[in-house]
Amino acid sequence: MTTHRTLCKLSTLAAALSLSLSTLAADITGAGATFPYAVYTKWAEAYQTATRNRVNYQGIGSSGGVKQIKARTVDFGGTDAPLSESDLDAAGLVQVPTVMGGVTLVINVPGVESGKLKLDGPTVADLFRGAIRRWNDPAIVNLNPGLKLPDLAITVAFRSDGSGTTFVFSNYLARQSASFKNEVGAGNTVNWPANGVGGKGNPGVAANVQKIAGAIGYVDIADATKNKMNFVALKNKFGHYIVPTQDAVEAAAAGANFKVKGMAPDLLDQAHKDAWPITSATYILAYEKGTDAAKQKGVVDFFGWALNNGQKMAEDLGFVPLPASVVKMVEAEMKNIK
Amino acid sequence: MSAVMSTSRPVRSDLQARQIRKFKLQDTLFHQLTLLFALLVLAALTGILIALAVEALPAFREFGAAFLWTPVWNVPEAQFGALSAIYGTVVTSAIALLIAVPVSFGIALFLTETCPVWLRRPLGTAIELLAGVPSIIYGIWGLFVFAPLFARHVQPYLQTVFGDLPVIGGWFAGPPIGVGILTAAIVLSLMVIPFVASVMRDVFETVPAQLKESAYGLGCTTWEVVTGVVLPYTRVGVIGGIMLGLGRALGETMAVTFVIGNANRIVGSLFAPGTSIASTLANEFGEADPGLHISALFALGLVLFVITFVVLAISRWLIQRGLARQGK
Repeated sequence: MTTHRTLCKLSTLAAALSLSLSTLAADITGAGATFPYAVYTKWAEAYQTATRNRVNYQGIGSSGGVKQIKARTVDFGGTDAPLSESDLDAAGLVQVPTVMGGVTLVINVPGVESGKLKLDGPTVADLFRGAIRRWNDPAIVNLNPGLKLPDLAITVAFRSDGSGTTFVFSNYLARQSASFKNEVGAGNTVNWPANGVGGKGNPGVAANVQKIAGAIGYVDIADATKNKMNFVALKNKFGHYIVPTQDAVEAAAAGANFKVKGMAPDLLDQAHKDAWPITSATYILAYEKGTDAAKQKGVVDFFGWALNNGQKMAEDLGFVPLPASVVKMVEAEMKNIK
Repeated sequence: MSAVMSTSRPVRSDLQARQIRKFKLQDTLFHQLTLLFALLVLAALTGILIALAVEALPAFREFGAAFLWTPVWNVPEAQFGALSAIYGTVVTSAIALLIAVPVSFGIALFLTETCPVWLRRPLGTAIELLAGVPSIIYGIWGLFVFAPLFARHVQPYLQTVFGDLPVIGGWFAGPPIGVGILTAAIVLSLMVIPFVASVMRDVFETVPAQLKESAYGLGCTTWEVVTGVVLPYTRVGVIGGIMLGLGRALGETMAVTFVIGNANRIVGSLFAPGTSIASTLANEFGEADPGLHISALFALGLVLFVITFVVLAISRWLIQRGLARQGK
């Protein structure tokens, strides 16, 4: 009886000890973009099982992430909008991509099946600035000979919360049309037209598109696939009509040059023949010279582990892993985090 | 006590004096402690007010008082005005009360006057439970269940009935998309009803039975008893309940964000998407650009603070006036 009790006490003590030891190892904390939140937390969970090191990520938004890392309250920051070279130099930060994603166009037009509606960039820009208001508008009909389009009002479904998804999408459209750039603008929160309805988060936009007949919206590939939504085939720079897939996003990265400071090449509207036009990457920011060497190493170890072991997890969540050649470059760049 | 009595005199008085001093100290400590707690509230309130004002200053410096009556909210061009958010907040809350007050009054009346005794408890508990449902649940329900039903069945019906009328037709114009000002107002009214109804029921129950029984004895109908005895007796409490509901409607965030459509503009139609102060804050704070955008959001928060304060002040005034009339 007594031995049993002693054993019990001992094992509790051991558990407590190991717990405190693992806390000591290098708990790292990150905060920022909500877009990669799902994959970072999934990675963190698997990483803890594999190495007993804990990583804590809070999806507070890209601008919040940049603010927090600049204030040195976190060990790494996450952002969808990459910082410029001069910003990085001024703040002494290293920036590397972690994972890619694509923004897709989804529709709810009675009688039109997924992938059957073809649109090009300038037409999408006109749709999303409210210049085209009905589905049987000649601009859409001309791109879709043979497709029966209803005489139905178009409702534009957009993200009401400031988001990296809106940032990527509006930047793509601003390049397609000067009028879009002037009227709607490009950024995390922009001026959508009067026939628009805002939903909170990707799920909010997905719900609005699914409930409103005549709606067109933009969501991440992950959410579009999860909700079995109807895609639009979008014309890329090469001239092909592309249906959004993980392969099409990867193709966009294939042609991009990551050998620039900050590793943030322009992934929008790539010339590759299979490239999905609205592709983007998400980035982390860490200090070049940190105050806590253990934590700095923790950040490098975690993302080094994730980039080599986490591809499958990312794919399952609808993200697109970085190509192998880029992973090598990221690992080299992360050597600067000391 | 008897032990104290049995000891010799000087010791006893000494003991008593010590005891009294101890009690005094305890009293003072207790008083100071509770005072501290009460002051904490005041400190938090002033702190929030100062923080809001300081952060909002750049926006007010840039746009001046015109911030309050400008309907433009253009983030890319950094042009901000609060009017469309104020409009959405006030209109949704007003419509919500318009629906909630009569319904709540009916509920309270039924529960206190005409409900069979065995049904009183379960119904009363159900209403209190409804008050405890988290607002996000109302929001999700509103977006996924209510809005599609509303778009398919109610909005087309409203358009056929009122669509051709001169002014009123404009309220129901536009494509029936489900989410919008009216949907937000209806969901809000559902959230407010339990609060207003349970307060009304509680105050109706304070009416002395003798008063009501005398009225019934004189041959009054139930309606006459309610309008002639119950309501005049409880007017103050009823106003308090309504104001509580209004306070909740004005500040409600999550549920409104889900169903109001989040468009920063003023459209005459109640079917059109709009925005409220709380929903704009919930939407844009996370990814707001540092600088004017953040400052404008703080300024919106300050405006909501002031609106809530004014509502509270008016309800205080109404209650005071009511009390004065009753000669209390």
